[in-house]
Amino acid sequence: MLIDIIMPALSPTMEEGGLTKWLVKVGDVIKSGDLLAEIETDKATMEVEAVDEGVVEELLVAEGSLGIKVNTPIARIRGEGDASAAPAPMPVSAPPVAPAIAPPPSAMQVATAPEPAIFDGPTTKTTVRDALRDAMAEEMRRDSDVFLIGEEVAEYQGAYKVSRGLLEEFGPKRVIDTPITEHGFAGLAVGAAMAGLKPIVEFMTFNFAMQAIDHIINSSAKVLYMSGGQISTSIVFRGPNGAASRVGAQHSHDYSSWYGNVPGLKVIAPYDAADAKGLLKAAIRDPNPVVFLEHEMLYGTEFDVPDGDDHIVPIGKAKIRREGSDVTITAHSRMVGHALIAAEQLATVGISAEVIDLRTIRPLDSDTIVTSVMKTNHLVSVEEGWGPMGVGAEVVAIIIDKAFDWLDAPPMRVHQKDTPLAYAANLEALSLPQVDDIVAMVRKACNK
Amino acid sequence: MAAEKAAAPKVKAQDIASREELLEYYRQMLLIRRFEEKAGQLYGMGLIAGFCHLYIGQEAVVVGIVAAQNATDTVITGYRDHGHMLAMGISAREIMAELTGRATGCSRGKGGSMHMFSREKRFYGGHGIVGAQVSLGTGLAFAHRYREDNGVSLAYFGDGAANQGQVYESFNMASLWNLPVVYVIENNQYAMGTAIARASAEVELYKRGISFEIKGEQVDGMDVLAVRAAAQKALDHARSGQGPYLLEMKTYRYRGHSMSDPAKYRPKDESRIVRETSDPIDHIKNLGLENGIFSEDDLKTIDAEVKAIVADAAEFAQTSPEPSVDELMTDIYL
Repeated sequence: MLIDIIMPALSPTMEEGGLTKWLVKVGDVIKSGDLLAEIETDKATMEVEAVDEGVVEELLVAEGSLGIKVNTPIARIRGEGDASAAPAPMPVSAPPVAPAIAPPPSAMQVATAPEPAIFDGPTTKTTVRDALRDAMAEEMRRDSDVFLIGEEVAEYQGAYKVSRGLLEEFGPKRVIDTPITEHGFAGLAVGAAMAGLKPIVEFMTFNFAMQAIDHIINSSAKVLYMSGGQISTSIVFRGPNGAASRVGAQHSHDYSSWYGNVPGLKVIAPYDAADAKGLLKAAIRDPNPVVFLEHEMLYGTEFDVPDGDDHIVPIGKAKIRREGSDVTITAHSRMVGHALIAAEQLATVGISAEVIDLRTIRPLDSDTIVTSVMKTNHLVSVEEGWGPMGVGAEVVAIIIDKAFDWLDAPPMRVHQKDTPLAYAANLEALSLPQVDDIVAMVRKACNK
Repeated sequence: MAAEKAAAPKVKAQDIASREELLEYYRQMLLIRRFEEKAGQLYGMGLIAGFCHLYIGQEAVVVGIVAAQNATDTVITGYRDHGHMLAMGISAREIMAELTGRATGCSRGKGGSMHMFSREKRFYGGHGIVGAQVSLGTGLAFAHRYREDNGVSLAYFGDGAANQGQVYESFNMASLWNLPVVYVIENNQYAMGTAIARASAEVELYKRGISFEIKGEQVDGMDVLAVRAAAQKALDHARSGQGPYLLEMKTYRYRGHSMSDPAKYRPKDESRIVRETSDPIDHIKNLGLENGIFSEDDLKTIDAEVKAIVADAAEFAQTSPEPSVDELMTDIYL
């Protein structure tokens, strides 16, 4: 019996990977647990172990191959004691997680809708992950008071590889691995900021920052006011926020509205790599505490980023990602991609959607939203988090306050279902806002 | 290594402190005492509102420690902070005016009793969340080390805060990274209304650093000279790059937890006995008089001076204007 060994999914967000090295050759006898190959995932280089036993019949992928989709056969072995030549491929080596990656219709569309070229100068295709790293590196070169602190940021190179190379360039004084102690290291960083340093605090995910939220809000956001302007904290709290993929309720929380509620904080949630870089640089230079919400599902996505180290995006400015005349769709972070895809589909049914990327949650750029709604007369807000007291609730309130007379229909919201996020693929997809949900809500709002 | 319990030191004052030093400690402790008494009075008159936690009884702790500090050292504490402000040289006027919520207060009336700061005097608050100042103070130590300015962070907290998890997260990082920080536990034996034995499995709080390799020492916090000596040792330790040090100051607050606390959870005579036998101000007073270091007249001069400072502060705090309404929306962002 011939058995296919497939490209395994080795992280919750891995969709493809590279095969850096084969550790077996044709004719080798392999036993369960033997190392077969080194695989480069979106997070790390990992070794793949054999599950089934037999003789290596064929290596289907060359060493150094990149972009191999999960579930692609990479090798074939002949099971012991089976002389049958009939190929009966079945997935092995990969845990049953692999088939589950296959999404229900429109569930896991990665938001990579193209953005019109808007930069005048030369650009380079860069992943969001590397854009964030470049922003930190550039600002650390520029200002010796800037340092990075968090779990696995130094020797491990970042739990999501965002801080890759920073330890090597800046050394352990400025790239600091902490124990698993969010409350403590966030407080330590705020104290250092009170003394005038400019910490970048990486949370492995913002779910873990809930243990540190007292220092983000009580110690950092409020101290300028409480001290009558004497003590400021120039500090960035950053890390992935919202739902990744199949990591369940405690690792999938969107905190946009939580932090957006707090005076004294600035809150940023970028979508593409250019904004991730330009806004992170602005956040590091900002004298106020900034909560910088990234999205794990976007880390590996490439976008055009202007060359050079002076690309700064101002905090507090939304961006019109797509112009339209019939409806305004507001979104931030990963939902911008969903909204852009939805806008494409809506165009085919004769609805011209304007897509506004909020980029900054606090201060919210109400002028851009209001101006757009005065033109389109319809509003649909989209967010990944829960609806009640959410970002969309705030956007709608602003429009009711400032553009009520321009509305032709009630403003509407798309958001996560009002439930903790489920693990099961189908329930997860049902809970999170999908492109189809946006399309349906816009059609309802436009009565088309 | 680690924790050692100090034998109650009976020092001969003149051997370890000059006449000027003793009189200065007396003056500072008396200023705190009289200031707090006046604050209590103004609270009763409705001129100070909200929560107001008085430092009466604990004066020797902060005065003794500040006496051992360098000009680069930074201080942070919890909400019982008036004494620390005064000891760090912030004017009684600014503090009292903050208590009455006036524009002339150190936080321009926007902080109140629990949230007072002075960047100029290297005092970083004044924090209302129990235990938060321990992590923040560890961060101040991180900044001292980052900048190599030879400073030490002094992070004060109470026996109640000693049970917060972030205290131990901070201990761990401070010891792991040899940060220049002295942790000062002001053990006044009651966390609000809860006696220490009802809240702490280990009541000898100087031992709390043992599992983090932090040396600890128990000190008579009612004796300003014992406090100063212990603080000097701890500061030298931290400043020389040996990492954090833990001082447990055994002390006592005479009043309730805050102005609204009648302190009925304490044995009836406990407070009276402490006042009569261990008062930190009487201790220095008697030490100086019995040893002929200073005279009653010397003390009377100081008493009058302190009385005048406090009266002036109270007057200032009552006659200063409230913050202008424009202040509502300032100091939210830089």
